[in-house]
Amino acid sequence: MKKKRTLLHSLGVGLAVVLALVAYAYGFQVTKVDLAETKSEHRQEQLTRILRALAHPQLFEYDTEDHMVSLPVMVPCPDAGFEAPTPTDTSEPYITMTPACAEPRAKVMIEGFNFEPYGTGPINFLPNGSDVNLQIGKIEADENGHFEVEVRLSNRPSEEVQEIQAITRTKVGAPRWTQTARDTWDKIVETVFLALLATTFGTLLAIPLSFIAARNLMKDVKNSLLGMSLAILFIPVGAYIGILISKWLSTLSQNLTSSTLLTFVGFVLGAVITWWGIRREMNRDEDSIANQKIARGLEMLVIGLIGVLTSYLLSALAMNVGEYLSEHLGSLGFLGRFIRDLGDILGMAIGVMTALTGAGILSGFASKSALKLNRKADGVIHILQIVLTAAAGAFLFWLIALVLNWFYQYNNYQALYWWAVILGGLGGLALGIFTKPRQTMPTGLVVYFAVRTVFNAIRSIEPLVWAIIFVVWVGIGPFAGSMALALHTIAALGKLYSEQVENIMEGPLEAIQSTGANRLQTIIYGVIPQVVPPYVSFTMYRWDINVRMSTIIGFAGGGGIGFLLLQNINLLNYRAASAQMLAIAIVVAAMDYISSAVRERYV
Amino acid sequence: MLSIKNLTKIYDGGVKALNDVSFDVPQGEFLAVIGLSGSGKSTLLRCINRLIEPTDGDIFWEGMNIAKANDDELRLVRRRIGMVFQHFNLVHRSSVLTNVLSGRLGYVNPAMSVFNRFPKSDIENAMKQLERVGIADKAHHRADELSGGQQQRVGIARAMMQNPAIILADEPVASLDPVLAHSIMQYLEKINKEDGVTVLCSLHFLDLVHRYADRVVALNNGQLMFDGKPDEIDDEKFKEIYGREAERVG
Ligand SMILES: Nc1ncnc2c1ncn2[C@@H]1O[C@H](COP(=O)(O)OP(=O)(O)OP(=O)(O)O)[C@@H](O)[C@H]1O
Ligand SMILES: [Mg+2]
Repeated sequence: MKKKRTLLHSLGVGLAVVLALVAYAYGFQVTKVDLAETKSEHRQEQLTRILRALAHPQLFEYDTEDHMVSLPVMVPCPDAGFEAPTPTDTSEPYITMTPACAEPRAKVMIEGFNFEPYGTGPINFLPNGSDVNLQIGKIEADENGHFEVEVRLSNRPSEEVQEIQAITRTKVGAPRWTQTARDTWDKIVETVFLALLATTFGTLLAIPLSFIAARNLMKDVKNSLLGMSLAILFIPVGAYIGILISKWLSTLSQNLTSSTLLTFVGFVLGAVITWWGIRREMNRDEDSIANQKIARGLEMLVIGLIGVLTSYLLSALAMNVGEYLSEHLGSLGFLGRFIRDLGDILGMAIGVMTALTGAGILSGFASKSALKLNRKADGVIHILQIVLTAAAGAFLFWLIALVLNWFYQYNNYQALYWWAVILGGLGGLALGIFTKPRQTMPTGLVVYFAVRTVFNAIRSIEPLVWAIIFVVWVGIGPFAGSMALALHTIAALGKLYSEQVENIMEGPLEAIQSTGANRLQTIIYGVIPQVVPPYVSFTMYRWDINVRMSTIIGFAGGGGIGFLLLQNINLLNYRAASAQMLAIAIVVAAMDYISSAVRERYV
Repeated sequence: MLSIKNLTKIYDGGVKALNDVSFDVPQGEFLAVIGLSGSGKSTLLRCINRLIEPTDGDIFWEGMNIAKANDDELRLVRRRIGMVFQHFNLVHRSSVLTNVLSGRLGYVNPAMSVFNRFPKSDIENAMKQLERVGIADKAHHRADELSGGQQQRVGIARAMMQNPAIILADEPVASLDPVLAHSIMQYLEKINKEDGVTVLCSLHFLDLVHRYADRVVALNNGQLMFDGKPDEIDDEKFKEIYGREAERVG
């Protein structure tokens, strides 16, 4: 019995080995493994050439000086014979030819003395009556500056005395950086900053997203069907109102910003009012507020509007000042451009923030209303729930239809909208009828799965491919590269971060929750202190990856040193390519060292 | 008065951890909860502030049914119920002071607390609570630099910051040596006697029950087996609570 089983087992192992062999053989075939090719002389020669070029990165160049030594010769020998003149000074470089005259195409010995030790250069034949230099040999002086080389004379017979020249080239003065080195430096700086920007923005966005991609924080987020429907109906409306408000304030601020001075005064005034308002708001404690809700809401609204307007003014101010500085700071003009761009980014960010705030306020309003409505009798709730769920379903499907139409540009899109509304409405109706009132839905888990899925989808596409997409959008250059890297960073870090959140100790979290803290407070006091070390560690790790990626993102047009490298490889300019590879190696090694040092300190 | 009516908890796996448990706790009482390991003590205490969702039953307190409270109401209830844990559950990388102040999170302005700003009065109160448990000098240490006994005192200070009407203590001394256990229990006793805070405390040692509790409820397999004064637990009752084979020690 036992024997049989081992036999079967061995057969299994044998089969597995055969299968593995087949798999590898197939792998070799599809990857076109060709060992004969690697051994062919021609290929090996090429490899040697490339490796030698790579070993000589084109970094330094020197001014050179040519030393020329010439010798009169006769080709062919005249009947009278020919004697070369003896050198005037045998301590200076000179050459001799033996014999001193010869037939065209004859082999002769050329010997040189007193040259630069290890000096190199051409030996040229200068025929009579023409300006050409015919190279007939090469100088390779030994440590005493002596060389001896056999050359074949050119086929240029003449009655007259002709000339052989030996030229050596010596480097004079200090080494200078080559143009390649300077270009490499420019591009490697660009590369490092590309990685820096991508990592910074990626991290900033990944942190908040990681909390909604963490199962342990999201599993308790549950809403009643009523609350969910209200949220679906209200949140897009809130975002829309937010966008409208930001547009209105943006035009308003443009009217105010005709002069920089006015802008400045407006900004200072707005900032003071906003600051005062926020202080006033924060110093109230929660219980004293309950009675004067409406007054407080209005006050907050006004302060919020002033705050947004102030931010727009700040953005305009930064753009004006930045523009001015970039024109007047000379070589430091990039600081001015930076300020201007910051202003621009702020301007765009305000729109997004206002939309988010609008959505947030109305979603809070929706959940408050849901809490109130859920106190009513079951029958009332049920009817409300049916109506609202149907409306929410119709609305949601309509939004989806809008997105679909945007992508596919249907001809008959009106019909699509109608179908979407009807289907969504019916689905909502059914859900509303068959769900018990006050039953909770796991909205948190739905969001969790959605965010995780998006993360995984984005992460599975390499930054190089993203770079291609962004190049199409914003054109070739480091901007496309940094957006591609930032996007990939958000997805990758979002996932890594959220896994860390899922690993934290549950106890402290419960303790914070049991004090009556709300969700945001729980995250700030219970979660964040626990995840700081892994977050720092993963951010540094990602920074490392981003530096590495940014060195090749140029292959896809994403800027940085990769573009230069690719170009030089394509031009077979291996010595320049070698300089770029050297730069990449140095930067990557340095970043590796720095990031591990930072990680050690924080973990 | 805290009034628990027909409380039942069935976990997702089908374990019936609480089975139709009902009892009342008058304000200001020191109530011990005893029972074998796995009898449902933790489940009971954690149902009271809804760290665990009860499957069925009601918990009445101050005119409200905690078991049915919505999120907003629950936060208002939770901030008046302090909790002390067996494993202290401090946030290790935060300072002792921050840990204590986090007891105020249900009260302070949420926007303010986001920036780790607390009203001056809260900070003063936190120092006072730390003084009360004798570790004011540790206020600015990281929580994980403290010994177990010190950490539990921070846990008590945190609960006291909530200005609680009730403290739920789930085996607060089970990770501590006997001497420390008494000192922690004395703090709870002081809070109970001086501040009139109701204390519900699950305990494993009957001598602690006799020494500190006004009243005892006992669980066995999720069922309420006993409800009475500590010295009413005679040998017969003891065997009912802890099983036939149990030997009484101490
Ligand atoms: N999250 C959970 N999921 C499923 N079952 C659980 C869970 N928590 C506890 N239980 C089960 O519920 C029962 C009661 O557990 P509980 O933790 O309340 O007991 P306990 O009296 O506190 O025990 P101990 O003295 O060991 O702390 C046990 O059978 C336990 O296995
Ligand atoms: Mg327990």
